This record gives sequence, C-alpha cells and structure tokens, in this order.
Amino acid sequence: MNYDIVLCGVGGQGGISVSVVIAKAAMAEGLRVKQSEVHGMSQRGGEVLAHLRLSDKEPASPTIAKGCASLILSFEPLEALRYLPWLAAESGIVISATSPLKNMASYPDTAAVLAELEALPRKLLLDADAMAREAGNVKTANMVLVGAAAKHLPIKPESLIAAIREQFARKGEAIVDANLRAFEHGRTANP
Amino acid sequence: MGFETLMGDEAIALGAVHAGLGGAFAYPGTPSTEIMESLQDLAARQKAGTLEGVSLPFVAQWCANEKTAYESALGSCFAGKRSMVSMKHVGLNVAADPFINSALVKVNGGLVVVVADDPGMHSSQDEQDSRWLADFARVPCLEPADQQEAYDMTIEAFELSEKYELPVMLRITTRLAHSRSVVATRPPLAQGPIHKPAPGMDWILMPAVARRRWHELLGKQLELKRLSEGSARNTLKAGDKKLGIISSGLARQYYLENLDDLIAARGGAPMHLHLGFYPLPESLIRELYEACDELLIIEEGYPLVERLLRGIVAPGKKIMGKETGDIPYEGELSPDIVRKAIGLPERKGLASRALTPPGRPPQLCQGCPHADSYGALKEALKDYPLHAVTSDIGCYTLGALPPYNAIETTVDMGASIGMARGAAEVGLTPVVAVIGDSTFYHSGLSNLIDAVSHNTNITVLILDNDTTGMTGAQPTILPSSRLEPVLKGVGIAPEHIRVLRAHRNEHEQNVQAIKAELAYEGPSVIVLVRECIEALKKARKA
Repeated sequence: MNYDIVLCGVGGQGGISVSVVIAKAAMAEGLRVKQSEVHGMSQRGGEVLAHLRLSDKEPASPTIAKGCASLILSFEPLEALRYLPWLAAESGIVISATSPLKNMASYPDTAAVLAELEALPRKLLLDADAMAREAGNVKTANMVLVGAAAKHLPIKPESLIAAIREQFARKGEAIVDANLRAFEHGRTANP
Repeated sequence: MGFETLMGDEAIALGAVHAGLGGAFAYPGTPSTEIMESLQDLAARQKAGTLEGVSLPFVAQWCANEKTAYESALGSCFAGKRSMVSMKHVGLNVAADPFINSALVKVNGGLVVVVADDPGMHSSQDEQDSRWLADFARVPCLEPADQQEAYDMTIEAFELSEKYELPVMLRITTRLAHSRSVVATRPPLAQGPIHKPAPGMDWILMPAVARRRWHELLGKQLELKRLSEGSARNTLKAGDKKLGIISSGLARQYYLENLDDLIAARGGAPMHLHLGFYPLPESLIRELYEACDELLIIEEGYPLVERLLRGIVAPGKKIMGKETGDIPYEGELSPDIVRKAIGLPERKGLASRALTPPGRPPQLCQGCPHADSYGALKEALKDYPLHAVTSDIGCYTLGALPPYNAIETTVDMGASIGMARGAAEVGLTPVVAVIGDSTFYHSGLSNLIDAVSHNTNITVLILDNDTTGMTGAQPTILPSSRLEPVLKGVGIAPEHIRVLRAHRNEHEQNVQAIKAELAYEGPSVIVLVRECIEALKKARKA
C-alpha cells in the first residue's frame, strides 16, 4: 500500500500542522511515513509544498513522483492546479479550499481557476474558511480540509482525532476543541 | 535503542549528541539551520534533565559567521571534545580558510563539518557541491542517503575523525535536510574529558611544520582510499551487467523509488555501486566498469564522481551522467529525472486545461519593516537620476522584486557595503548599501572599517529587525542596542549615525534623514529599527 499526498498552499496557511497530524495518525496505525517540507525563502508568502508519503514499507524517495499522488490537499485553489502533474491520473483526488489568496498581480481570474478545478474527474471543493468560521475559529480551516479528506485516507478517523488532540494539546483545551470541531465539519462535507 | 521521527538535520543533531558531543557552533543558513536549532533544543532538554542518557551539558551556539563558528569548533576540538560545525554550502566559502587548514592540524577531539548543499537553489545564490571542497582539502566525506544514515554517519564521522586525526565532512542536500522519517537511535556515548593534544608542533602551521603536516596528510590518502574500498557505506550489488549504476547519497533513494519498475522492464536489477564514503573506492569502480557494458552515474550536485571516475577507468565504454547530458546538470534530482535517465517511460499526472498557474514569488510579510524602509529609501533617491543601491542576503533581498524594485545587487554575505565602497571610490555616487543586522555582523563590519579608513562616500542602511529573519528568526549575534556603540567604535562620525524607526508613520522624517546623509560626503550609517513580524509571531507562540 502506498498513499502519497501533496499538501500545498501559501506560506503561513498551516500546511505543516496538517502534515504532522496525518503523519502521526498514520504512524499510530503502524504505517511507514516520509515527510518532506520546504523551508527558507519560499516560506515568505510564496508557494509552499509538503509531500507526505504513507506506506506499509519505508518509502524510498523523500519526494513524490509525478503522476503518483493519491491526494492533493490544497489550502488555496491556484496552488491545487499547480501540482496537478503529481496527481495519479486514473485515481487521484483533489480536495481544495476555494478562497483564493491573491498576493501577486498575475493571479488569474478566480472563476477561471475554480472552473479548472471543477473540470477535474475527482475533486472536492469547499469553502474551508467559511466552514472553519462556522465551527468557531477561522484559523482551523486546515483541519476542515483534513476532515474532508478523512474518508480517502488509509487511516481511521479515530487516529486522526487522537493526533489532532496530541498536536494541539499544549495550546489548551479550547484550541483542541476548535480544531476537532473543524475536523468534524470537514467530515460532514464528505461523509 | 529507541525510535524517533526526525528531519535529516535533526538526525544529525541527535547523532552528534549521542556520539558524546562537547561543542557545536553554527551560523544560520537554509538548509542547515535546523541542525543548530535542534542541538539547542536538545541542550535545553539536557539541562532540564529530560534528555535520556546524556549526563554532561554540551555547548550549542550560534556564531557571527561560518568562519568564526568553524574556529570555535576547532578550539573545542583542540580542547579534546567531540566538536561539530554546521553550515550551508556557501557558508563553507566563508569558512574555507579554517576548513582547508584544519586538514593540516592533528585533530584531537573528533571534528565533524556538516555542510548542507542546496541544489536547485531553493534558498541560495548558487548550487555549489561541497564534496569538491572535501576532495580539495583532502579530507574524508560521508554522504548519507536518508535520515537513518544521517544519524549513523554522524557518529561514524566522529570515530573516523579521531582515528585518522582529520576533520570529516558530512555532506547533505536540501531534501534530506528537510524531510522526516523514523530513525532508530543508539544508547548515547559519554562525553570525553578536556584533554589537550600531545606536546609538539602539530597545531602550529608555520611553514616548516605545515610542510611536514601536508606531507603526512598526503601520506594518509592511500589509507583513506583503502578504507573507502572496504567501507560498509560503499556497496557493490551484483546484477544485470548491461547497465551499471553508480549512485551517491540521496540519489540512491530516487533510484530505489524506480527500481521495481526497472526490474519489471528489464527482467532484473542492474549491477549497482552506491557511494556514501569519499575518497572514491577506485577498485570497486573499476570492478563495476569492467563488468558492465555501460555506466550511468546518478549524483546530486556537480558531477564529482563522473569526473573523477574518468581518471580511474580506461576510456572506451559509454559513461552517462551530467557531463553527457543524460541527467540535467542544473538543479536537484527527483524520482522523475532518475526515471527518465534509467530509460523508464514518463508517468503523467493531470494538467489544467487552459490555465497555466503563474509563479507565486516569495515576498515580504504583511507589515514587514523592510517594506517601509524601502519606501523611504526610494523616495529619498528620487532627486538623484544616477545612483546605485547595493544589497545583501536576507529577507530584504526580496526588495529586488515588485512593488519595491529597490536594490540592484545581491552577491554574498556582506558584499553590499564592500560593493558600495568600490563603486563610490571610482566615482559612482550617491551609493547606498542595504544590509540586515545579522548580515552586518556576519561580514559587513569589516567592509565598513574599509569605508572609515578611506573616508568613502557611502550611505549604509542597516535594516535592524533584531533577528535573522529568512532562516526562521534566530537571534542576531549581538542585540540591537549594541549596534550604535559598534558603529561609533569603528569610527563612523557620531553625527552621521542615525537610529530611526522603520515605520510608515515616520516616513517623512526617514526620507529627510536619508537625504541628509546622501548629501554628506563620507561614510554614514542609518539604522532603521523595527522588530521582525515573523520573530514577533514566533515569540507569541512560544
């Protein structure tokens, strides 16, 4: 079993927490995990990408090969498009937040970006920001996306819940609860 | 024995501590920064008594630059402690003097030089390959392929260093530095006591001694080559002899990623030599070359193996690699590049139908003080149709991009002031050097001394955010409050040192101040102070 996830977004959108939560949950279930992150200059408002590889045997490469990702989990619609060449053409799914982050002049028309995503064979587009706000904390949009991806991941939801608890424990019960609510909101969107 | 999930950088830090590290020193630089961050975290845990099996405290310090860090590590090695210095590839240029000369001293406590190369230039100004410098200095180099090897090889590097009385380089690249996997750890070794080198001249590199030590270093090369032949890090696997594969370091992982498909396509695995220890194992290379019809060399960085190999084997057979264009010369490797090089069909994902996503260049954070500083500088320069703005390495390099378009040069750490000086001395004025506080202490200060000495007509803008921002907000080597006394101390006239607040509310005053110093014909320094937004966030999180 190999399950490769491309996590993408813009610097500061909480991609690293998502990577840690999914990795912890996968390891708790006995899977081997390799995680790759981008640090340094591109963290300054540029495109940020993490690769997360789950497998029943140790993944060799730290990065995912083109055409091999089972899931693109994106915090931003344009970034989801950028990494389509990494998606498995016959089986991969894109789960993306729909709110654009327009921090450059050349950002294309939002409708055109969303139309490209809509045209994909397997996709789930959600307003993760609105759902996070509804769940009580707009900063938990990243956990909404984890919830929306839960049924596709080769991991039980209970393991993800335990990993979220662990990840946010030191920030207090209120933050843990907000993230768990966001996760459940995401799951409801993709039952 | 335990298991931990570690980044390559963290695995090296933990390996060093488990090897009985006494002192570690570094200057931040992507992708090496997390080695020292992790060491400092481990040192704090040791002090708190929560780092199992490590009873003695160890030193883990940021330094002003890579050269000073290297020299501190060398002193710690002289004192008999296992010592480590870590840096990015271009940092080794700064530390090249102590590095190359330390190969001539008789290393006492083990000395491990960790260099993280950045092929693909994710966060660097070049993609030089540090293995060449290890070869140049005639010291052994270990190149791990994954996190487990990063941990294990760090421990081995200390052993090797002490056994052969040489510094040992541990070379990694970005993707290994910044990817995580599970590492099996060993019981920590105890830290050794202070013990000075045996009496003698082995650390005094005056010409007569240096000639003897150089002779001895050359004499060790044969032994190192023999060691390389038998090293468990250099492995020759039997296999199909039509195509022989040589991989080094991380390149092996990209090869292994494609190996199942390759076996399916060819009916068997090719004969494969993997290299993790340099100098090169010449007879293993000859054995592979003689057995196979042709060779493919997969290495991350410059074609070191490929070039050296041509001096080891007789010409005749086809050798493929970067020199021959079979693998791209530029950039980092990937599973896809290696897949193509071994002749497997490309795997295609999806693509958007009509829209090509435009790049999203990095940019200054919302509210960054540098943005306000550039705003004031650009306005102050409007009166001068001919002017120049040299700059340096840090977040403020992003001032080169729109909407700022405020700087004209970025070459190496500290160059802004030296280049401004040179331009001014030959007649291009006004010229402004823009440099961050951390970069100023790294190598700007010595250029400023030249400016004072020659009364050069330059204006230096020190963007003082009291942190090393680009690498994730490490503390600057001296706090903000020390900058003004340092500037006075080197001889900048006090009336031409201005400390201002970098904020748009102060825009008018700042513009006037810059204008006044542009008009002054001599060296002046304007310090624009405001805390880094990223450091502020980090402090709030902690």
